[in-house]
Amino acid sequence: MTSAPMAGRAAAPPRGRPRSRDPLTLAALALLLGMAGAVVVVPMLARENPLAIGDVLTLRYVAPLSRDAHGTFHLLGTDRFGRDLFVRMMLAGRISLAVGVVGSGAAAALGTALGAAAAWAGGAVDRILMAFTDALLAIPRLILLLVCATLWRPGLATVVVVLIATGWMSVARMTRAEVLGVRAHPYVDAARALGASGTRVLWRHAVPNALGPAIVAAALGVGNAILLESGLSFLGLGVQPPEPSWGNMIAGGREAIVTAPWVALAPGLALIVTVLACTLLGDWLRDRLAGEAAGLLGDRA
Amino acid sequence: MSALPVWRRVRDALVLLWLVVSLTFLLVRLAPGDPATMLVPPNASAAETARLRHEFGLDAPLAVQYARWLGDVLTGNLGASFSTGEPVTRVLARAAPISLGLGAASLALTFLIGVPIGMLQAARRGRAADRALTVLTTAVFAMPSFWIALALVAAFTYGAAMVGFPAWLRLPAFGIHTPGADLHGWDELRDVAWHAILPVGILAAIGAAGLARYTRSSVADVLGQDFVRTARAKGASAGRVFGRHVLATVLPALVVLLALSLPGLVAGSVFVEAVFAWPGMGRAMLLAISARDYPVVMASALAYAAAVIAANLAADLVLPLLDPRRRGA
Repeated sequence: MTSAPMAGRAAAPPRGRPRSRDPLTLAALALLLGMAGAVVVVPMLARENPLAIGDVLTLRYVAPLSRDAHGTFHLLGTDRFGRDLFVRMMLAGRISLAVGVVGSGAAAALGTALGAAAAWAGGAVDRILMAFTDALLAIPRLILLLVCATLWRPGLATVVVVLIATGWMSVARMTRAEVLGVRAHPYVDAARALGASGTRVLWRHAVPNALGPAIVAAALGVGNAILLESGLSFLGLGVQPPEPSWGNMIAGGREAIVTAPWVALAPGLALIVTVLACTLLGDWLRDRLAGEAAGLLGDRA
Repeated sequence: MSALPVWRRVRDALVLLWLVVSLTFLLVRLAPGDPATMLVPPNASAAETARLRHEFGLDAPLAVQYARWLGDVLTGNLGASFSTGEPVTRVLARAAPISLGLGAASLALTFLIGVPIGMLQAARRGRAADRALTVLTTAVFAMPSFWIALALVAAFTYGAAMVGFPAWLRLPAFGIHTPGADLHGWDELRDVAWHAILPVGILAAIGAAGLARYTRSSVADVLGQDFVRTARAKGASAGRVFGRHVLATVLPALVVLLALSLPGLVAGSVFVEAVFAWPGMGRAMLLAISARDYPVVMASALAYAAAVIAANLAADLVLPLLDPRRRGA
């Protein structure tokens, strides 16, 4: 792109250090691994059942970093039913992280499959699939999520299904464009000439080469899926109590926001740290794979 | 794409709109739950429920209901709310200005704040200021709006009482009007603006964070281009390079983004409306969905979809005016 003699001095941008040693990315990775470890380990170590409700009147709304009337220490205090906030927050993290990873990953997989199928089949199949994709893209995702989640019975399964059903469209569009691009490459002709069947060429040659943007979209989508899940759960349309998720814990603390703000705010911190780490890792992956996957100002909570 | 004549693009947009509302119709009607059973008292007889179903036209086959609804919409009749009997147009006319005002104010702020931050980051790429701003914008982008809203409510109630905020900093944390105050004209406007500071601020902060992330990467791409190096070599000042060359290159993309993000922003205010108790579109739609108030749900979906499609079309049509590279393609 740039002519050789001038490139050394005048091309200003590569001033930063090499991306692979980016401290920000390493910090994000450490945070995410730490969070994943904590959500697995902390609830196992808890002495009390984080779903059980005990002596509500004496135990509720204990402030962070203090002991309750029974002498038990609570790192982040207790909620309105006297349950330890930190343990519940980690238990909620299991659900929120799983929903984020499964929701985003499965949506990307579905989008890849449909996009590849449309590109490969061409003709009427392509036109119908893409019209359907465009129609779904023309409704703000949040509105689509609200309609689906409210009309069907709210719950964990509904949230995951709805996240997948409303998240595949942009990946399908990208994959379709990539596969159409890949089709023109000589190695596809070569594989054909060697006698490979159409489906084999598609799945073994075209799709793997078109996969970059889908992977980036899946990685960047994890944070977004976690945010959307928390938003639905906040509105009471997602994961239902007593099963904790970060969104419904924030909603549960809402009534005490004036007297015991930590109950609503603490779960949000775990959520923000997780989504931040996911996004930074997604950014890094995008820079590495140099894809043009862009989920920029999309719908979010 | 860009070679298509305007009338074909308008036609395509209308076909898309029809497809969207038909999909929404199917989605809403195929879901379990019967609006009639939600409206009658629990001890109502089956006959009463059946009478209500007949009154709403819900006992007709789905295809007939669809044809009726589509015909009504085409003649400009959006129907009446199942739960209140009020015309849907009046429900929307009351709620839409609130969400639109919220969206427009925060969108303007989003661009005024987000673009300069992104450009600053791109100019200082890889340095401490850029890194700090990257963490800040990514963190704000990671915050759920309802969480920020609750945090601010806590700060202006719990926090204000503990720390003792001065009177001018005691921002109202709920509602759109001062309760009980009978204000008119200029005073009413000032009262609404005062109540809007927190909701608009939250939406603008999140929007600006996302936009700064986008601007940073697109400006950084432009800064690596040959014509920027040429401009610098000719001795153009940094201000001229940014103001004339870089901005002119990224502006079309930003205008498209502006057009595309308005509907999303209006939808995104659902949570802020919920926390601050603002009676906008988000709340109206949320209430309508849970009450199975089909006419209101369908009309708001139609409004949202029309907004998205119109924004897409406008961006498509305006882009050649801003970007000479797209003219006469």
